[in-house]
Order: sequence, then structure tokens, then C-alpha cells
Amino acid sequence: MKQSSTRAVLVEVAIHFVLLVAVCAALYPILWVVSLALAPSGAPDARALPIPDSISFHSFASVLFRQNSSGTWVFAVQLFNSVVISLATSFVAVAIATPASYALARFRFVGSKAGTSLLLFTQMFPGVAASVPLYLLLDSLHLLDTRSGLILVYATSAVPFAIFQLRSAFEAIPREIEEAAMVDGATQFGAFLRVALPAARPALAVTGLFAFMTAWNEFILAATFLSREEMFTVPLLLNSYVSEYSAAWGNFAAGAILVSIPVCVLFYALQRQLAGGLTSGSVKG
Amino acid sequence: MKRWFALAAALASLCLLPSPQASADETSVTLWHAYGEAEARGLHEAITAFEAAHPGVNVTEVAVPFGAYASKLESAIPTGNGPDVFIVAHDGIRTYVDGELVASIGPIPTAVSDDVERGYLDAFRVDNVLYGLPIALKCTALYVNEALLATPPASLEEFRALAPVLAPGVSPLAFETDSAYYAAAVLHAFGGELLDATGHYTFTGPSAERTVAVLRDLVQQDVVPQDASGALVTQLFASGRAAAAISGPWLATDLPAGLRYRVVPLPTVGGHRMRSFVSVEGALLARGARDAATSRDLIAFLASPSGALPRALIGRQTVTSNAVQADARVANDSLLSAFRAAASHSVLMPTHRKMRAAFEPANRALRKALEGEMPIRVALAEGAHRFEMITRETMPAQNPTVFLVVVGLLFLVLTIVSIRKIADAGMRARIRRSWPAYRYVLHAALAIALLVILPLLVGAATSFFAGHGRDMHFVGVANYVDILTAQGGPIFAHGSFWLVLLVTVLWTVLNLLLHVSIGVALALALHRPMLKMRGAYRVLLILPWAVPSYVTALAWKGMFHRQLGSVNAILSHLGVEPVSWFAHFSTAFAANLATNTWLGFPFMMVVTLGALASIPNDLYEAASVDGATSWQRFRFITLPLLGPALAPAVAMGAVWTFNMFNVVFLVSGGEPDGTTEILVSEAYRWAFTRSQQYGYAAAYAVLIFLLLVGGNRLLSRNTEPVGGTR
Repeated sequence: MKQSSTRAVLVEVAIHFVLLVAVCAALYPILWVVSLALAPSGAPDARALPIPDSISFHSFASVLFRQNSSGTWVFAVQLFNSVVISLATSFVAVAIATPASYALARFRFVGSKAGTSLLLFTQMFPGVAASVPLYLLLDSLHLLDTRSGLILVYATSAVPFAIFQLRSAFEAIPREIEEAAMVDGATQFGAFLRVALPAARPALAVTGLFAFMTAWNEFILAATFLSREEMFTVPLLLNSYVSEYSAAWGNFAAGAILVSIPVCVLFYALQRQLAGGLTSGSVKG
Repeated sequence: MKRWFALAAALASLCLLPSPQASADETSVTLWHAYGEAEARGLHEAITAFEAAHPGVNVTEVAVPFGAYASKLESAIPTGNGPDVFIVAHDGIRTYVDGELVASIGPIPTAVSDDVERGYLDAFRVDNVLYGLPIALKCTALYVNEALLATPPASLEEFRALAPVLAPGVSPLAFETDSAYYAAAVLHAFGGELLDATGHYTFTGPSAERTVAVLRDLVQQDVVPQDASGALVTQLFASGRAAAAISGPWLATDLPAGLRYRVVPLPTVGGHRMRSFVSVEGALLARGARDAATSRDLIAFLASPSGALPRALIGRQTVTSNAVQADARVANDSLLSAFRAAASHSVLMPTHRKMRAAFEPANRALRKALEGEMPIRVALAEGAHRFEMITRETMPAQNPTVFLVVVGLLFLVLTIVSIRKIADAGMRARIRRSWPAYRYVLHAALAIALLVILPLLVGAATSFFAGHGRDMHFVGVANYVDILTAQGGPIFAHGSFWLVLLVTVLWTVLNLLLHVSIGVALALALHRPMLKMRGAYRVLLILPWAVPSYVTALAWKGMFHRQLGSVNAILSHLGVEPVSWFAHFSTAFAANLATNTWLGFPFMMVVTLGALASIPNDLYEAASVDGATSWQRFRFITLPLLGPALAPAVAMGAVWTFNMFNVVFLVSGGEPDGTTEILVSEAYRWAFTRSQQYGYAAAYAVLIFLLLVGGNRLLSRNTEPVGGTR
């Protein structure tokens, strides 16, 4: 008995050691960016431990309180745009994907197989080729330079992956609950709305988070479709610190941290659902 | 539910929130630029003065992100969404004229013609039509730290003599030796050029060889630090670890306030003055400008002395106006007068459309020769060959009739097949039964068809065209033939499709192995219910996923920097010599791999955690009762159940990794010599850095697509279909 408990302690120590090493590796680049943002010089310096000699919040201040030439508080405006666009993207993507994924999980219908393959195929085509046609399309819809246009593009590009995720979430919900509701007089749609949807809530949250991230971090399409500064999103602001000839790395790092904070908070809030939402329904023991 | 609807409604109203528009009675002009903060302030001051002099005119300035500037001009101006006036360097002028992006501004205004040198004015003239006016110059000069050097050395040879005199750890000179932009200054001194007037690559021959030999000696004799990047040059000079630096006016904005330095024109080499490239920045009139007359006035004003003065004083630009140069405040500013003097010795950047494509092969040839990897002559010849490959002649137009007939026939066959299918009674019954399901999928199908599939189809269709920018013609399948036959060279020649494909497959396989093994291992460790600090570990290990990938990629690139990076700093603590990470395929590939592993393992870890949680506990209990060891329980319960649960995630991860553009493009950027490029980054290069061969890039994209579809078919034959199991 004695021996096995020593062994258990050793295993425990080994596991903590492995996890600590992994955590250090995971945090190291992030700390490197933080130290760059806090360094007074705002320039990278060769050191093994990412701890600056002295700390200055100058980079953060200059990003946070940046004004454009006409005195508008650019950071606030662009943060507002990013928040609105990302939230709306996540709403629209989930709203479009939910009924479709429910149908794929519950009904057998002509074209469901072909449709699923087609969805997967859209993920395989490199986006490089699509940005010019998308520009022309948005132009003809008069949606260039608007938040709605960007939301539409982001949301639809997030839909295929969202459908995959939600489909397996709906598959994991036992059919019997809905059938019971329908015996009690609910329509199929009513069962979907009042039984399946609430049961899939964690998966909906995770799907929404991924759609949010697509929009929150996207740069290339935003740079292509937006040409008015008051419509810009935060990644464009970040990019403006890296210009043709020089790069303000300190400001870039400070901006990068500010951009990452909301997503980190969301990940923290949803961490339990994250594990369930990605795989629910795929294991049947 | 109600709360959500309310929130959705609030969001919708926020989206439609009007943004301030110019009032109708004002004349409004939109101006685009890609300036950094200081220069943008100077420009704004000049524009304010213009607005004061022209009541009723409102100028909107837009700072367009530099990375997207050129492609944005190209898509926005022809569709009427562009600016009226835009500021660019002169070397792209032919592209703008060919792309019909610019309009004539008529004769030179007299206020400008007497004030600006002829050569700078002619930079914006093509076939005797003037499209814009010069406003500022960008060239390089010599920065000298006054505390370290009393008198600026007049020649590169004098710097050589300084090496033993200076304190240890201080380089006499710092500049980017392996950048063709800087090397060109030496090349010009020896009478050479990068590209001749007819668009022939001329970074070969005696003067080029002499240039590389000089640079190599400087590095080998420790006069100039090895593979210095722009950031390193700034760092060394700002911290006093380089007595002098060759750089442009942009260096000044990054120098600390206390540093005492002066700027002088470039030194001589071998008795000839070094002559850097000079780019002339100009304000151009966009085709289709809404108020052409006012736009012309604005351009003339920006070029005139009254528009140039605030740009010089506030933006610290080297302006083209001679009158401003004579102004006491400007003349006494050593930085401004030094760059102005330096510009007069400089060589105007050629405007040939192949110029931008010349830098990639020239940089690579330089790097190879300086690393001592091959003799100078061989490296230069290889560069010339590479240039021929990437600026390949556009293919002759083909008659699309045959192609259209084939496509038409295909459509006809497809239609007949589907009509016959629908005509089948059983099929019709099944479609009728499917009706309720269609009401659930209709909107998703429409949205995806219109905004995802249609643009991709149009993009795919461009692969049958060739040409640059908007000037495209039909070539049939010639692009594909060219790619698949490696342009007629050996199949696994450098940079050929097949070689890049091999690298891409290696990249995908290694990444997935690392993602899955690390992810599963950590998930198994985290899955122990009694583990202390489980929540904290889990949150910290997910963090890499939450950080935007372009930030991660740039951070890792910095960490792998030879002199400034922390990876080499850690290695030096362990007694390992610093590694030039991006000089060899294996190390550069490893740097990319490390970055992408860091980015990708949390996803696999989270998926595995979810799968582990859904394995019923009674299975383990039953096994324990039967006397199974913990290894047996893992081997016979966990592993078999984990496999199918991970399959969809692995398939998805394979697709993402295969097309992981950000990491490859931002970390190694294909270094060394394009060998770490993967298919998707190669496609991007054809589209954007090799004179805009969109058709060729689209053919790459279609091939990537076909490969992934084929690979998926092949793998899913024995496993579950991808994207969730049924």
C-alpha cells in the first residue's frame, strides 16, 4: 500500500511538471509581447527572460488615446466598430447556421449529402482568389464601406464551420425529448424552438464565440472593403503601426494586447462549454 | 429568448447608425495616403491651409493601411469607390496608367514648374501626359553618432579602419547588407543598375560581382553586423552600438531624444560616391475624380511651397519644393538639408513594371552570396534565372470557342442527367418528403451560394486568364499546363509546384502529428479529476488560441531574430552559438513549425478534453473490476474511442494547416530562398508581389482545392466522413 501511494505522488509530480512546462511554453511568447509593450524604448531586445528593466505605459497610452488629424478619438471609434461588427457577425452566423444544422441532424432529405460536401469544400478553397469578386459583389449591393457589408461577408464565411459544429450538437440531443413534446401537441418547428434550441445552448455559445473571433481578428477583407477611417476596425489600427519603412513595435504590441483581452475573457467565460461544444455527439460509447 | 431578440435589434440599429457625411453644399475631395503618424500630421496641416484658402471645400484624408494600399486603389478606383487624389511613390506610375487608375492633370502649374526640379516632375509623366505632381523624396543617407565619431568617414574604406579603434561590441557601420535596396547604392557607384530601361534584369556581371564582394568583405571583417534587419539597424544605432548607420528619414523618428547625431550624404566606395535609390512621392489625380478642378488645385497646392512648408516642418519630409528648401527653418534643420543633398546624388527608382519583381530575386541572390553558400557569380546567375521565371512572358491569348463549347456540353450533360433524375417517380416522392427540411436550410443555402460559392467560382474562373492587374485575356488551361510542367524545367526544380507541394505535405503532416500528440497528452494530464489547479492550467493552455494569429506570427518572428530574438538568448545561456534561423531550410522550417504548433495544440487539446468527458465512466469501472491495469484501460478503452472522436477535428485541422498562410508568410516569409514557401503563400506571391498575375494565382488556388478534395476523398474512404460523425 505504502509503495503504491509513493508511486501516485510521483505520478502527480510528473504530471504537474509536464503541465508547468507546457504552461511556460504557452505563456512565453505572450509575455514577450507584453514586455515589448511595456519597454520604454518600444523596441525588441535580446534577453532570455521577457522582463523589461523599467516599465512604461507610454505605448499603451499612445494606442488608447490615439486621435486622428481632425481630433477624433480613433481608438474608441474603431473599438466600437469592431465590437458591433463582431457581435453582429456572431448573431447572424448562428442564426443562419442553427436551423440548417438542425435540419441536417434531424431530417433525411434530398441534397443533404451533397450540401454537406459542398460546405466542406468551401473550407478548402484558399480565400486569396475570392477577395476581388467579393469586392465587386459588395459594390453592386452598395455595401462597401459599411458595417453591414462586412458583417454579411464575415457571417457567411463563418457559417459552414458553424453548421458542422451545431449539427453534431443537435445529434447529441436525444430525439425522444422532441418527440415527447410533439406528442404533447407541439409542431416540429415548435419542438425545435422550445426543446432542441435550449438544450443546444452551450454549443450555440461556442459557435458564436468562433464567429466572433473570425470577425474580431480579420484584417485583409476589412482593409479591402473599408475606406473611411470612421468605419475601420481595430486590426486595421494595429496594422497602421507597421508601415512601409518603419514599425512602431511597442505600439503594435500594446495594441495586440488590447485586441486579445476581450477574446481571452470570452474564452475564460466559455471554457467549460468549449470542451463540450466542439465534440458533443461524436462519441457514442 | 426575448432578451436575445432585443439585443439583436439593438445591434442591427447600431450597424445602420449613420456616420458623418459631408454636407451637400460643400465641395468635397477625398485624399488617400499610407503615411505613418508624423507625416500624416504634416500633411493634415498642409490640407488645413488649403481648406482655409478655398472656403467651401472639404478635404477628407484617409490613412489606408499600407499592406492593402495598392490592391485597394486597384479595386476601388474603377468601381467609383476610390479617392479623388492619392499619394504614392512614382515607381508604380506605369501600373496605375495601364490599370486606368489615373487621369491627366494637364500642364504643370507655373507655381510648381519654376520651383521643382525637372527630373522629379517627369517622374509622373508617361507618354507625355502628366498624372500628378511630386511632393516629397525618400532616399538613404549616412547617420553618424557624434559621440562616437568626431568627423563622418568619407568612404566605406575609412569605416574599415575604424573596426579596431572603436570599443568592443560597437560596429563601425550598420545597414541592411542583404537587401537589394541598400546594395543598389554600391552597385550604382560602380556604374551598374538593377534593371535597365528595357526591363532587363542587370544585377549580374562585373559591377554586380564587385558590389557583392565589397559587401561580403564588410561583413566578414566585422565592419557591418551580419544579416542586419531594419529593426536591428535602428536598435544598434539608437543604443550606440553602431557608430553610423545607412538608412532613410524614417530612422530619425525611432531615435531617442538624447542621441546626438548628424546626417550626411552617403560615403564613397572605391573612389565613387554611393548613390542610393530615390523614390519620389507624388499626389496623383484619380480617374473619375468627382471634382477634377478642385482636386487639381489640391495637388498643385500640396506641391507648392505653401503646401510643402508644413509637411517639411511638422512631418519632417524631404520636400521637392526648392523655395521651402531655402527657408531658414528648413535649411538649418540638418536632417532635412542632408536628405535633400543626398537625394541630388541619388538614382531615380526605375518605373518599369518589372521593377518591383526584381527585388525578390536580387535579395535572395545577395543573401546566398553573403552567407558564402555559393560563389558570387553563381548566386547572381541564379537570381537572374529566378527573375526570368517570375516575370515570365504573358501567354498568348487563345480563342475561347473550343473551351466554351466544352463547358457548354458539360452543362448540357449535367442538366439532362438531373432532369432525368427528377423525372424519376421515386425521386419526386423523396423530394416532396424533403420539403419540410428545405424550409430550415433555404436561407443558409442562399447566403452561402451568393456570398461564398459565387465569389469562389468567379475566382476559379480567372484561372483561365492571364495578364497583369485588370489587363487580362483568355488563355484556356495554359496556366495549369505551365504550373504542372514546372514551366518546362525539371519537375522538382527550385520553386516548382511539385517541390512546393512536397514541402506543404511535409508541413501538414508534421504539424498534425505535433498538434495531436501534444494536445492529447495535455488533455490526458488535465483529465485527472483529482488534479490540483486544473482550471488554471486549462485556461492558461488555451491562451495561444485566443491571441490573433498575425500577432503570434509576428511575435515568433521577432523571437527567432538572430541578434534581438529571445530564442538565441536562451540558447546562449545554454552555451549554444547563435543560430541564423532563417538562413537554412531546416531551421527556418522548424521556426515555422514551432509557431504553428504553439498556435494549434490548444484546439486539439480542447477537442480531446470534450471527447474524454463523453466516454462513459462505467466502461472504466467495468474494466477495473476485470482487473485491467491503467495502461490496458488507456489502450483498450480510451484510445479506440478517442480515434473516431478526433477524426473530424483532425481532418479540419489538416485543411487549415495546408492553407495556413499567416504563419508561413509572416514568420519565415519563404526564407531561405523561397524554400519554406507552401502552396497558398506561393499563390499569394503570384497575385501580389510578382506583377499581379491573378490568373496564375487563381490556378494555384484551384489546384490546392482539388488536392484537398482528392486527399479528403482518399482518407474518408476508410474513416468516417469529415465534419462530424453520424
